[in-house]
Amino acid sequence: MDKVMSNKKMIALYVLPSLLLIMAVVYIPIVLTGYYGLNEWNGIGAMKFVGLDNYSALIQDDNFWSSAGHSLLLAVFSALSLILYLIVAMVLSARLKGSNLFRKIYLIPMLLSSVAIAQLWLKIYHPTNGIMNSFLESIGVANPPAWLAEPSLVLFALFIPILWQYAGFYILIYYAALKNIPTSLEEAAKIDGANAFQIAYKIKLPLAMEVIKVTIVLAVVGSLKYFDLIYVMTDGGPNGASEVMASYMYHQAFRAYDFGYGSAVGFFLLVICLIATWIIRKMTVTKDTIQYS
Amino acid sequence: MTSTTAGQLGGASRGKGSSVLLKLGYALLYIVLIVVAALQLFPLVWLLFFSLKSNQEVFNLPPLSLPTNPRWENYGKVWSAGNIDTYFLNSVWITVVATALTVVLGSLVTYAITRMKWKGSSLVLGLFMVAMMIPVHSTLIPLFSMFNKAGLIDHPLSLILTYVAFNMPITIMILLGFYYALPREVEEAAIIDGCSVNRMFFQIVLPMTGSVIATTSIINMIYNWNEFIFVNTFISSDSFKTLTVGVQNFIGQYTTDWGAIGATLMISILPILVAFLFLSDRIVEGMAAGSVKG
Repeated sequence: MDKVMSNKKMIALYVLPSLLLIMAVVYIPIVLTGYYGLNEWNGIGAMKFVGLDNYSALIQDDNFWSSAGHSLLLAVFSALSLILYLIVAMVLSARLKGSNLFRKIYLIPMLLSSVAIAQLWLKIYHPTNGIMNSFLESIGVANPPAWLAEPSLVLFALFIPILWQYAGFYILIYYAALKNIPTSLEEAAKIDGANAFQIAYKIKLPLAMEVIKVTIVLAVVGSLKYFDLIYVMTDGGPNGASEVMASYMYHQAFRAYDFGYGSAVGFFLLVICLIATWIIRKMTVTKDTIQYS
Repeated sequence: MTSTTAGQLGGASRGKGSSVLLKLGYALLYIVLIVVAALQLFPLVWLLFFSLKSNQEVFNLPPLSLPTNPRWENYGKVWSAGNIDTYFLNSVWITVVATALTVVLGSLVTYAITRMKWKGSSLVLGLFMVAMMIPVHSTLIPLFSMFNKAGLIDHPLSLILTYVAFNMPITIMILLGFYYALPREVEEAAIIDGCSVNRMFFQIVLPMTGSVIATTSIINMIYNWNEFIFVNTFISSDSFKTLTVGVQNFIGQYTTDWGAIGATLMISILPILVAFLFLSDRIVEGMAAGSVKG
């Protein structure tokens, strides 16, 4: 058995195609991004090595930092919205009839393409015929705003469909975690006279903590690199009011044809995502993880 | 079911008014669930309605009025106009090819990692898993220039290669759990009988993993069907565009015809909705397992 299963040719045949592919498409580009960032390059002509010029320009680039600020704001909103999702998942896990159906309905927006969702929400926010302003007018708001054209509102107007799209996904994860908590714990607490809120706060919440930490990382890192809806709905506008890090990178590379600078932004994005993952993991480390058998 | 729930909820509060209170609390929970469901579905219902209306109806009637005279011709019109049929077929074949490749290659790797004995197997697994943490956007510029040099810009192969590579980690992760749990007695017996590795993999192991292959396939299909940024960056000619980018361009040209836009969007999401109708359990399972994918 060992002899057959340690045949090097067979192992290479099974592993190498995928390994080479992931090296070529994921790992080599990551290294190249960092390297391109050291060059002045329009993507087609010759590269000119400029050392850390792009990176030092990036650190002084107000437009970049404002886009980074927008990404961070989205990260904060996404992380806070997790509380709402957790509450809904708690309600779902109360063993109500139909909770399985509800859970599935919530997931539907997550399965649809960002382009379709973005186009749909463009219509929802349409200044005169969109359902948002039709509704506001029907309850007596005289001049509802043009949501996506208003620099002070546009970012929040974009957050709503982003949170809407991901809600079902997080509810699904929390629901699965809460379902894993043995009912015996809950029953024991009830015998001791605990009410529903005490059970949720003192028993379910601590036991779901590991999963909650994972979702915080997912929400924060996912927000920091967020791109899709913003690119389709506003393309960073009006006048940079909704630019985020990934869209800033895209614009530098594929609109301004500054591939060197765009790569520097891309590399920065990678570093920020990895650091954010590391910090959140550090911050949420508990000394004694709670076990339930 | 209802009575056990009621018993659980009422455990703490006993007395005269408890059953009324209980019913109230119960109703409150349902109201929360229904409100959330309405919020999630409402935009999509509105989309379906305006996809069947004319501009006049959209502009003059209340937004949630039923389309009195459903204009199914909106769908026929956009299907043949503006290349939507080409985009749709491109989406189908690219999704299918990329998914099949990912699942087969991923199964081979998972088999080698869980069953074969070799140095570096945990390192290789680590490489696949770490790849999940890398933001797609940070690879975009180098991928563009690499494909450019290889003559693969504006070629569907650029999409298939990136889709397979970026979905490989999550596919392997879902497969791993299943392979570890798979009993090995059959394989051991097959080896003793002189079965070759290839025959064992393709004729014994692969058929046993049918259910997990279904789960990974459907998740891959959803990701591939919806993918936007790579198509948008690598593909420029209409004959190779997929639905996501095609829809984006098409709508750019028809910004004023609400019925046509609605119908186009409905066509683009319909395959996913139909798949969801029949395979919701597998999709839920795969999404939960895929929670680490960014």
